[in-house]
Amino acid sequence: AAPLQAMPGPYKLDEKLTPKDAVTSYNNFYEFGVGKSDPAQNSGDFKPTPWAVSVEGLVNKPKTFGLEELLKMPLEERTYRMRCVEGWSMVIPWIGFPLKALLDQVEPQGSAKYVSFETVVRPSEMPGQSGFFQPLPWPYVEGLRLDEANHPLTILAVGLYGETLPNQNGAPIRLVVPWKYGFKGIKSIVKIKLVEKQPETTWKNSNAREYGFYSNVNPAVDHPRWSQATEQRIGEGGLFPERRPTLPFNGYADEVASLYAGMDLKVNY
Amino acid sequence: MPALPALPKRLQGPSVWALYVIGLIPAAWYFYQAATGGLGFNPVKTFEHLLGIWALRFLIAALLITPLRDLAGINWFRYRRALGLLGFYYVLMHFGVYALLDLRLNLGAVWADIVRRPYITIGMLCLVLLIPLALTSNNWSIKRLGSRWGSLHKLSYLIIAGGILHFILARKSMTLEPVIYLSLVTALLVYRLIRPKLLDWKRARRVRFN
Repeated sequence: AAPLQAMPGPYKLDEKLTPKDAVTSYNNFYEFGVGKSDPAQNSGDFKPTPWAVSVEGLVNKPKTFGLEELLKMPLEERTYRMRCVEGWSMVIPWIGFPLKALLDQVEPQGSAKYVSFETVVRPSEMPGQSGFFQPLPWPYVEGLRLDEANHPLTILAVGLYGETLPNQNGAPIRLVVPWKYGFKGIKSIVKIKLVEKQPETTWKNSNAREYGFYSNVNPAVDHPRWSQATEQRIGEGGLFPERRPTLPFNGYADEVASLYAGMDLKVNY
Repeated sequence: MPALPALPKRLQGPSVWALYVIGLIPAAWYFYQAATGGLGFNPVKTFEHLLGIWALRFLIAALLITPLRDLAGINWFRYRRALGLLGFYYVLMHFGVYALLDLRLNLGAVWADIVRRPYITIGMLCLVLLIPLALTSNNWSIKRLGSRWGSLHKLSYLIIAGGILHFILARKSMTLEPVIYLSLVTALLVYRLIRPKLLDWKRARRVRFN
């Protein structure tokens, strides 16, 4: 990770930051293994440069963006809560830019209703993608409704803690959608496609009952195997961690609840 | 069949006590690590999972004793009770960490988990079923119960099946680790099904060759 300059962004939090070594060594990134410390341990061979992201589909100006170009976008530092579907959370100072800024450049067409995302497939550099037992089908795919993608809170992150993204955190570019469970924040993105129908998403394909397309943080809708009412802040409390209440939309309800007006969030989980 | 060198008689009793002590070392070591930051940034969950894995290991080891004697001629029956009880102790510690450290003794949340989440229901059922087995793991009970002791302890097959189901259902995805445990447990249970036939066959062969 190299130093990365960024302007202070509009979203700040009064909460204590999760220590950097926790943010960079307690990860879910199954392309590098299913254990929490696997991504940090097994991502040493991954090459995040050179890199390109193809933005295509229902757009007037499809384009492949080189990483240099992406790093020249107006970068902001934004501190967001991150709530994992597994019941833990962090507070992370990301560096990135609104996804909307990228989408505006390719001019989505009127028929585009959703945005799909795809992670790189490189079995030679990502040990979780090779071998006999693979936990998920690759590539990892995710998706957002177009209005969610265009929301000012939704960013493409290229760094954290003042540096470029470490491999284990989704180098060189990843999605961050702070009001949704962490697995929606697809990592190491190579393709973004504007589409008409709700796109396939990896965890929904794997277990639709447990992981919905929306996956908004919601303390009132339990995961079938555990309660989502509370969460544990990683790196705090040692052997006696306190569980804090989980907030609707991860505390971003004022900004995003209107996106789901009239929707039954127990059905659209 | 080749036999292992027999343990001198005076060491047989102490070797069982040594097994209890050695068997509790992982729990003590992980507790020390969890308390001193050696188990990563979510020490409670890691501690909880490690205790669960060790519970499975000891229960599987206890169920290995019979096939080990049948198939390899190694008689380690004197260790079976200790292995089973260690398994029970680890199940208790696994539940204790979950209820006490993970859910902070929020009994409402524990109860909600037990009734609402099938994998926790199954795990809890295994713990409950282990209690009569642990309570009758002594010479007095064996004498007292006679042949009923063996029938009662056949519950261990149900418990290990439930234990492995609990383990697999708790995971987000199937990986090599649960597959290994599942294969082991399947082999141990299938062995129990074919064991009567196998023993008949062995007896018949012995008769024929004598």
